[in-house]
Amino acid sequence: MGTMDTNEAGLIARILAGEKELFHDLIRPYERMVYLTLLAIVKNETEAEDGAQEAVISAYRHLASFRGDAKFSTWLTTIAINQGRKRLRKAKGAAEESIEEEADSHVGDFTPAPLTDWREIPLEALERKELREALRAAVAELPDIYRQVFVLRDLEEQNIEETAEALGINPGTVKVRLHRARIMLQKCLVPFLKTTAPARRGFFGRAL
Amino acid sequence: MNLDCKHVWEHISEYIDKTVDAELRKDIELHLEHCEICSAILDSTRNILILTADDRTFELPVGYSKRLHQRLKDEIEKSKHEPPVGEAK
Repeated sequence: MGTMDTNEAGLIARILAGEKELFHDLIRPYERMVYLTLLAIVKNETEAEDGAQEAVISAYRHLASFRGDAKFSTWLTTIAINQGRKRLRKAKGAAEESIEEEADSHVGDFTPAPLTDWREIPLEALERKELREALRAAVAELPDIYRQVFVLRDLEEQNIEETAEALGINPGTVKVRLHRARIMLQKCLVPFLKTTAPARRGFFGRAL
Repeated sequence: MNLDCKHVWEHISEYIDKTVDAELRKDIELHLEHCEICSAILDSTRNILILTADDRTFELPVGYSKRLHQRLKDEIEKSKHEPPVGEAK
């Protein structure tokens, strides 16, 4: 076995030098991320998968234009986002353009929902399938600008700066949108927990 | 400084991300010590983030990876008859 250059920059250099098959290895750690980014934008599994394939192919074709001044993951996320937006425009027509610029000034109540017994819910409760389904549904229901930030930051675990760069917004905006997204989700899931968690206190017993 | 609940909620996301400054962090922690409501909100929000990052919550379609690599394989094959990667439009 030869000494395999496993670092990303090395892989990229070798691919560009002609070892094209190595692109499979380069992309493997990011497959999930590309799909989830697409899903956050197009909100349809089939479209997301098609888009993910297109994004990966596009990254392959344009690899030489990756300069290495950004992280490869951020560069790839940007391609995925552009692919998603393109599909959205195609699907919904030019009218969608204005929605993309959706303002942050959602008149909304971004205060969390109070609950007092979450900590008494056993850890196993987090294993419940229904809770995962509720969370998936709640994320899908978030307004687009919040969902995209939330998915990049909390699902794909990119940092604030990477998220900002990939979406073309500033870090401050990422923080505001992230905060709102998290609070909206917290609010969405609390009622769900109230109805499925065993009521232990009179307060909740009465509410049920 | 004595923080009220609303003030704590406004910073809860940054508190989770550990991006609040040291002084505010101390104030929030002080508040959390005696406020059950804010503590529960913090825990629930944290748990949602744990659940979000869990691979089982957002699953990939069955066969996604296989199809992706097949498509890529076809593309790589095709590009072997073309100029080096990156120059094709």
